[in-house]
Amino acid sequence: MSKTETKLVPQPTTNLIPERDADKQPILEALNLGIDFGGLAAVDDFDFAVSPTEIAGLIGPNGAGKTTVFNLLTKVYQPSRGTILFDGQDTLSMNSVQLSRAGMARTFQNIRLFDNLSVADNVKVGLHNHINYSMASGVLRLPSYWKAERAANERVRELLSIFGMEHLEQAQAGSLPYGAQRRLEIIRALATNPKLLLLDEPAAGMNPSETAELMDNIVKVRDMFQIAIVLIEHDMSLVMGICEGICVLNFGKIIAKGTPSDIQNNTQVIEAYLGRRAEEGRHDAEGE
Amino acid sequence: MAFLSHLISGVSLGSIYAIIALGYTMVYGIAKMLNFAHGDVIMVGAYSCFFMVSRYELPAVVGVVVAMVVCTILGVTIERLAYRPLRQAPALAVLITAIGVSYFLQNSALLLWTSNPKVFPSIVGNGSLKLFDGQLSISYTALLTVVTCIIIMMALTWFTSKTRMGKAMRAVSEDKGAAQLMGINVNATISMVFAIGSALAAIAGILLCSAYPTLSPTTGSMPGIKAFTAAVFGGIGSIPGAMIGGILLGVIEIFGKAYISTQLSDAIVFLVLIVVLLVRPTGLLGKSVQEKV
Repeated sequence: MSKTETKLVPQPTTNLIPERDADKQPILEALNLGIDFGGLAAVDDFDFAVSPTEIAGLIGPNGAGKTTVFNLLTKVYQPSRGTILFDGQDTLSMNSVQLSRAGMARTFQNIRLFDNLSVADNVKVGLHNHINYSMASGVLRLPSYWKAERAANERVRELLSIFGMEHLEQAQAGSLPYGAQRRLEIIRALATNPKLLLLDEPAAGMNPSETAELMDNIVKVRDMFQIAIVLIEHDMSLVMGICEGICVLNFGKIIAKGTPSDIQNNTQVIEAYLGRRAEEGRHDAEGE
Repeated sequence: MAFLSHLISGVSLGSIYAIIALGYTMVYGIAKMLNFAHGDVIMVGAYSCFFMVSRYELPAVVGVVVAMVVCTILGVTIERLAYRPLRQAPALAVLITAIGVSYFLQNSALLLWTSNPKVFPSIVGNGSLKLFDGQLSISYTALLTVVTCIIIMMALTWFTSKTRMGKAMRAVSEDKGAAQLMGINVNATISMVFAIGSALAAIAGILLCSAYPTLSPTTGSMPGIKAFTAAVFGGIGSIPGAMIGGILLGVIEIFGKAYISTQLSDAIVFLVLIVVLLVRPTGLLGKSVQEKV
């Protein structure tokens, strides 16, 4: 997949962002973020900004702390130090629920759908805070209940159709094939009406054609909803293909930030992934 | 005809167990804990109704509503004060706390209302429906119990499958973390389940005491344990399971009393439980979870 690389411009505090968002306030800013697990700094000095319509990538070898960063951003973990600004607001005192309401949504590395609920119900759980009727009108089936449920059903179908899954509405989520489960997780996250979507290894376990489709879908979602997307991914064709800004983590620290081509040519990154004598090793492999 | 009449009283008693078992099973489903104080909430509900109807001579409907409100507040308060601080604690600590709360309620009731049993006024009168030229009579209490049970079952099924709070409830019971990250307030959802379970406990208490009109501070404990048995029997965590378990248990108990031995009826109930659990360790409708390797 070839594409023209987005030009990045410096952003006042932390890093480079796409030029088109230059005059906008970043949707997410992490400053000096860190967390310790029993004396070990799992993530340290994490400075990162994401602009409102950017697709950013977070990469690094296994155990580098990528998912930990997501857990810090969504307050699954409370950071030991540092600041997270989401939509200009300090998230220090916010919990996961409040962040979700403020517009942060995520998917999980190991899929965490509600397996026993139907596909439509999984999406409706995401819509929870956007369906409004009281418990009484739900039990008594008052007009407000029917109206809100009808609107919700419509929204569910709309969201499912983005990924061409509307025919699976009544299927049990746990019985879906793996790729469809990954797509459903993204749809469920989108249902919360986010401003920032965090995708944890969306292409894990997918074959190349599914990955290519996913790439198109991620870009489509960004264009449709005009939201920022940060993704953790090991599939370099996906990361280099659609991410505008990339941040590389190793042992909990950022070792490089920049455009895909910056990253591909960064010796520190190559070293982190392949070890010190990376160049030699690669030539050997190619020679065979 | 005797068989039919035993069957009807069995289903009626079973319906009460089923309503109580719903409280156990819903709380277990969402909070993964056994709320052993649930049986005593029943007793508090029955006392609330008793005072409204006997002491203040208010209509039965007022008694029922007051009992439901009192129990709802009590249930939510118990959860807030005793269980919520232990959300991250080991299951054993929560279990022992629940037993503690149960004794606390029983002894508070002893202090407040003494151990003298009260005679509970039936809220539907003592009449009965005569069928087959009077050969078969069904008390209005039994009829009301069964009808109430069916209505509750239908309402709950609707609630959990078709409303946003019901879906939030099922989402929390499957994966608290993921639900939270989808913007669902887990604590509020658990409180709601305690509220519903406790309101049902009030109804069960009133129906129980209408059928067996002696009310004392320990009234709730034996039905509570049997309803818990019913929940396990049907598959704990499953709402239809609680219903089926409750009704089966009631029928077995009454048949045991009628055809085998009055003294042994409770023993028979628990024997059946043991046999069922040996054959189906997750209960009748419980899902057998296969560990992925």
